[in-house]
Amino acid sequence: MKSEFTQPIGKISNINGQCIPLIGNDIDTDRIIPARFLKCVNFDSLGESVFEDDRKTLKGKHPFDLEENKNASILIVNSNFGCGSSREHAPQALMRWGIKAIIGESFADIFYSNCIAIGIPCFTLPKNSIEEIQNYCDNKFLFLEIDLKNSFAKAKDLSLNLEIKDSSRKMFLSGEWDATSTLLENENLIENKFNELPYIKFNSLFNS
Amino acid sequence: MSQDTLFDKVWDLHKVSSLPGGSDQIFIGLHLIHEVTSPQAFGALKDKKLKVKFPDRTVATVDHIVPTDNQSRPFKDNLAEQMIETLEKNCLEHKIRFFNIGSGNQGIVHVVAPELGLTQPGMTIACGDSHTSTHGAFGSIAFGIGTSQVRDVLATQTLAMNKLKVRQIWCDNTLSKGVYAKDLVLHIINKLGVKAGVGFAYEFAGPAIHELSMEERMTICNMSIEGGARCGYINPDEKTFSYIRNKLYAPKNEHWDNALRWWESLKSDENSIYDDVIKLDASKVEPTVTWGITPGQSISINQQIPLLDELSPNDKLVAEEAYEYMSFKPGQLIKDTPVDVCFIGSCTNGRISDLRVAAKVLKGKKVSKNVKAFAVPGSEKVATKAKQEGLDQIFRDSGFQWREPGCSMCLAMNSDKLIGNQVSASSSNRNFKGRQGSPSGRTLLMSPAMVAAAAINGKVSDVREFIN
Repeated sequence: MKSEFTQPIGKISNINGQCIPLIGNDIDTDRIIPARFLKCVNFDSLGESVFEDDRKTLKGKHPFDLEENKNASILIVNSNFGCGSSREHAPQALMRWGIKAIIGESFADIFYSNCIAIGIPCFTLPKNSIEEIQNYCDNKFLFLEIDLKNSFAKAKDLSLNLEIKDSSRKMFLSGEWDATSTLLENENLIENKFNELPYIKFNSLFNS
Repeated sequence: MSQDTLFDKVWDLHKVSSLPGGSDQIFIGLHLIHEVTSPQAFGALKDKKLKVKFPDRTVATVDHIVPTDNQSRPFKDNLAEQMIETLEKNCLEHKIRFFNIGSGNQGIVHVVAPELGLTQPGMTIACGDSHTSTHGAFGSIAFGIGTSQVRDVLATQTLAMNKLKVRQIWCDNTLSKGVYAKDLVLHIINKLGVKAGVGFAYEFAGPAIHELSMEERMTICNMSIEGGARCGYINPDEKTFSYIRNKLYAPKNEHWDNALRWWESLKSDENSIYDDVIKLDASKVEPTVTWGITPGQSISINQQIPLLDELSPNDKLVAEEAYEYMSFKPGQLIKDTPVDVCFIGSCTNGRISDLRVAAKVLKGKKVSKNVKAFAVPGSEKVATKAKQEGLDQIFRDSGFQWREPGCSMCLAMNSDKLIGNQVSASSSNRNFKGRQGSPSGRTLLMSPAMVAAAAINGKVSDVREFIN
């Protein structure tokens, strides 16, 4: 494992790092972290088990086992990455392995919101651009400097206009991705909503 | 942008505020929790020195890790025991209603909430589990969330979310005999693809959907997520209301009248606007079986596994991966594929109607000697009802093992697992690589009736040959 893990906090505007390509469509969260590793009451030790079964099958040839990728932090994936189970353990495992941002063709909805909630920006690019990057990484190191403010990434001989939902981009730039305190600021509005919803009243059995 | 659909109405009703970044703050009417995705959320509350905002709006049960053979405590598996103890402690500390093993109300969270009358039309429902979409069968807007969002719901009863688009999936005609809700939803996922639903809520509608029982509707909405849609729903109707009536937590007396009046007003308007509409003919659906490693890779029982050339360019990569993992040859028939394990259960197909239909196929028959078969009721209530009806005995007489309620081999977090590259015929929802507990295990998804037929023949079979 690499240098000690530190959880992201506050505003996230720049991410610099080496890319690690992972080829395949519809890579589900069971593959990212198999269910047996969900038997835990904290996320601390998930990093070492990321892609456990895929890595065992490939006997050291999996991108997450290659020596040249051991300091990589920007994951490059194909389409529908993170589909299936809602387990936050999946992005937590990636993050604890060292992933700080993901660029892909597309992401599953729940995986995407889990990534936002823990501070991993996910960007999209068209299929051919992703494939180009993945091919490039086959024989060369690719270090990207990602600028969230301008949704832009550059390398020595490459520049990319990344796509990201504007609301997500703003959340990272403002630090609002760590949502609890923002949500709590509206405590009065939450109380009002509670009192105004029709079904709260007729579900008195609930409120015992 | 959609307008005047049930989704729009429920979303607008629950909107607390527009957040600075552009997403909406949405009130969550019912929050369901279980042992796997909640401990870290309670841990985070503690770190942030926060309390549970509305403890009455959260309900807990234990399902993923429970053993289905021997449920006496402490569990043999120390980690599983630690997880249930953590949930017990958290619920006690935060005064959260908890349906524990032996309460008579424990079971898979998506089976339990509807059968207790907790799931109701017009609610927003969230749970740290992707199959929360199940509850949309009642005309609620229900979706899976991750653990950080569980923390947010506990602390604030709200979530920061972007509003989804709405796609109506209109199903004409009715299902034929021997074809079930599971076949229909597998068919839909196959036609639309596993990522078509990303960014969408699915509204299932049309005569074929209207015909379905509440439990069948739950099967459909349950697997919305397998089509990429984190939320799926059906407009509530008389069937919805009569299912809820007299359930433990259903509104009673004058509250019932008020509830009914409100529920009856809850549906997509006739001239509502959808972001997309898809129409299909349900009468054309046949018993359907998956052959690959995504729930979209399915075919009718009499079809051949597709050749690479028959697939769209986008599906080829994962098809090649599937042929290799499943050891299937393109062009091979799925029918008569030998199976090693047969599993009936899960939040998709572990309800009483699922057990009834499987028992009907099994009655008077024997499970093939090469097959290990087991049935796992979705909840303690389902188990009790099945016993009252003598279904457990039919299962046992046929050679099925009859187990205690839980998620079991749907995701194999307990000791119910495939071994090596065994092939399972499974009534669950995911055929992902390694999903059922063995890194090389192979899963064929199908309806519970089809699992029963496969168990008898020891190979994938057409259940219509059993029921005619």
